[in-house]
Amino acid sequence: MPEITYRDAVIRGIAQEMARDNDVVFLGEDVAKAGGVFKATVGLYEQFGPLRVRDTPISEQAILGAAMGAAMTGLKPIAEIMFSDFFAVCFDYIANEFPKSRYMSNGQTKCPLVVRTGNGAGSRFGAQHSQSVENWCMMIPGLKVVAPSSPVDVIGLLAAAVRDPDPVIFLEHKSLYATKGEVPDGEIVDRLGTAKVLRPGRDATILALALMVPRALAAADVLKSEHGIDCEVVDVRSLVPLDTQTILASVAKTHRLFTVEENPRLCGWGAEIVSIVADEAFYDLDGPPVRITTPHIPLPAADVLEDIVLPTPERIVETVRRSLGS
Amino acid sequence: MATAQDRAQVPLGQVSPGSGLNDDIGEAKRLAIYRSQLRIREAEQRAYDLFLQNLVKGTSHLSLGQEAVATGFAEAMQKGDLSFCTYRGHAHTLARGVPVEKVLGELMQRDNGLMRGKGGSMHLTSEEHGVMGSYAIIGAHLPIACGAAWRAQYKGDKDVSVCFFGDGTTNIGAFHEALNFAAVWKLPVVFVCENNLYMEYTPIADVTAVEHPAADRASAYGLERIIVDGNDADAVYRTAQKAYAKARAGDGPSLIEAMTYRHSGHSRADPAKYRPEGELEKWKERDPIKIYRERLKQFGVSEWTIAEIDASVRKEVDDATETCKAAPMPPAEILTTDVYADGGWAWRN
Repeated sequence: MPEITYRDAVIRGIAQEMARDNDVVFLGEDVAKAGGVFKATVGLYEQFGPLRVRDTPISEQAILGAAMGAAMTGLKPIAEIMFSDFFAVCFDYIANEFPKSRYMSNGQTKCPLVVRTGNGAGSRFGAQHSQSVENWCMMIPGLKVVAPSSPVDVIGLLAAAVRDPDPVIFLEHKSLYATKGEVPDGEIVDRLGTAKVLRPGRDATILALALMVPRALAAADVLKSEHGIDCEVVDVRSLVPLDTQTILASVAKTHRLFTVEENPRLCGWGAEIVSIVADEAFYDLDGPPVRITTPHIPLPAADVLEDIVLPTPERIVETVRRSLGS
Repeated sequence: MATAQDRAQVPLGQVSPGSGLNDDIGEAKRLAIYRSQLRIREAEQRAYDLFLQNLVKGTSHLSLGQEAVATGFAEAMQKGDLSFCTYRGHAHTLARGVPVEKVLGELMQRDNGLMRGKGGSMHLTSEEHGVMGSYAIIGAHLPIACGAAWRAQYKGDKDVSVCFFGDGTTNIGAFHEALNFAAVWKLPVVFVCENNLYMEYTPIADVTAVEHPAADRASAYGLERIIVDGNDADAVYRTAQKAYAKARAGDGPSLIEAMTYRHSGHSRADPAKYRPEGELEKWKERDPIKIYRERLKQFGVSEWTIAEIDASVRKEVDDATETCKAAPMPPAEILTTDVYADGGWAWRN
């Protein structure tokens, strides 16, 4: 099977949907002629033309507001917010407008749109261009939130997001853009609200999202080869809707739960999942659930410092090994 | 810098000489404009009375005194044109023909309301009438109106998106983002600033660097400086027609500042004691409905015709009030409907 990068998967996913449906339009800062600051939209302007792929001013409120107005009246916009940190300057749309219009209007107003954004750390950009803001989005009723970890998931989940009738926040991890993965030819459409068991195991469940997925997989290899601990690694993929059935089934099998989260500790997605497991699967557990997160601090710029704070395969190995007492 | 009191003296538009019932507006449209303004006046007054009886709950922002703006712009619209309103949006909703009963029902938080009590006074929405929502976060809907206009531009549809907001909105970022965006993309959107001289409780002049908070910013976006007498529905109507024609012709957005005055406070909680003595009275002399009634008479419309409209509007509002009073409260089952497009609220499996 051919391999492509996560970055090229973004391009392919958008192109697949724009080719399928003329109502899919795309807007953002530097996304058209320049091909995106992460080069994740190269060629779309040339392929689909200036009416469908549009450069905007540095006006995040205008970008998201315009996407909403277009969505309400019949288009299926994809809007790019360059860095997810910038959600803070257009949060009204994410928190107040997209997710509440349908409810407040008693079902009259539709809002089928996708907000793509570069999320997460690893680029040494410092505290305002590196955050993992999935928890900002997860807490808002009315939104859907996905964060793919592999090229094939980028295409499939992006297609599902574009075809979904609700507003979807699509978190691309900046540190994954250059990574490669196998992608079959032809149309790829996945389902929102589905987690994926990437590695079956018997001794412990490790839940991870986005950049933390390859790190959890690397940790699982070491835990197995060096410590004889057989971990099941589950890529959560979709925070809303949340595939609790896959998670609960895994915990029922392994009896131990670890979450690996890039977001700062308080109110991270893992806390919600641990709470669900505590409520519904407490007697399946052989030990306390453990959250492995970035500490509750702003992110530093320096590489040596940033590398310390993000969960690493080594930290995951150490935490799981100690918790299991081996 | 002009004070709010000075602004009351701003020379406003006048009826052009020689105009009459058979001018460009015509008798049928004038009677519709009169009826619509009166319908808003009576419904808003009724909403106020129903507060006092504790039958309208929560907050409420009335357009008493500002009826000519909503009416003039709505009467110049075609079917399919889209209105984007603020939390002071009862007038704009009614002006598009939404039944009084649906609006009062929502204000009274009854099951017969426009959104069955799920939205409330600040979020009136009736897409079938082109009312694409009332937005309670200042400035939020200006970019949204741009998006609807973008869809029209992209699809080759000829509808215009019309976005109403107050003078206070001109000092929030989304206003400036939307104006620039609309101008750069040449979108068929019309921005209507209702300058009622006060941003909530504070005179707009005290917090704004220019005298006309919208019009004086138009040049920053390459747009014409347009100020209209917002208490003269004919002037508003003509201004709207011109802006809509420009939008439909593909010539881009307009920004219009309509000078008007709010007869009541900002919201239910505000007795408006900050207004200088005599200001309200001065503006009441230029009450849009009074002006319009006199104009109809001047143009030869009979007292009888006017009285008949008055009576039928009052009956409509009275009947709506009774219907709403008898309507049931919304059932708890609707609490979890329409969070997502599948009709439900499930966030997990």
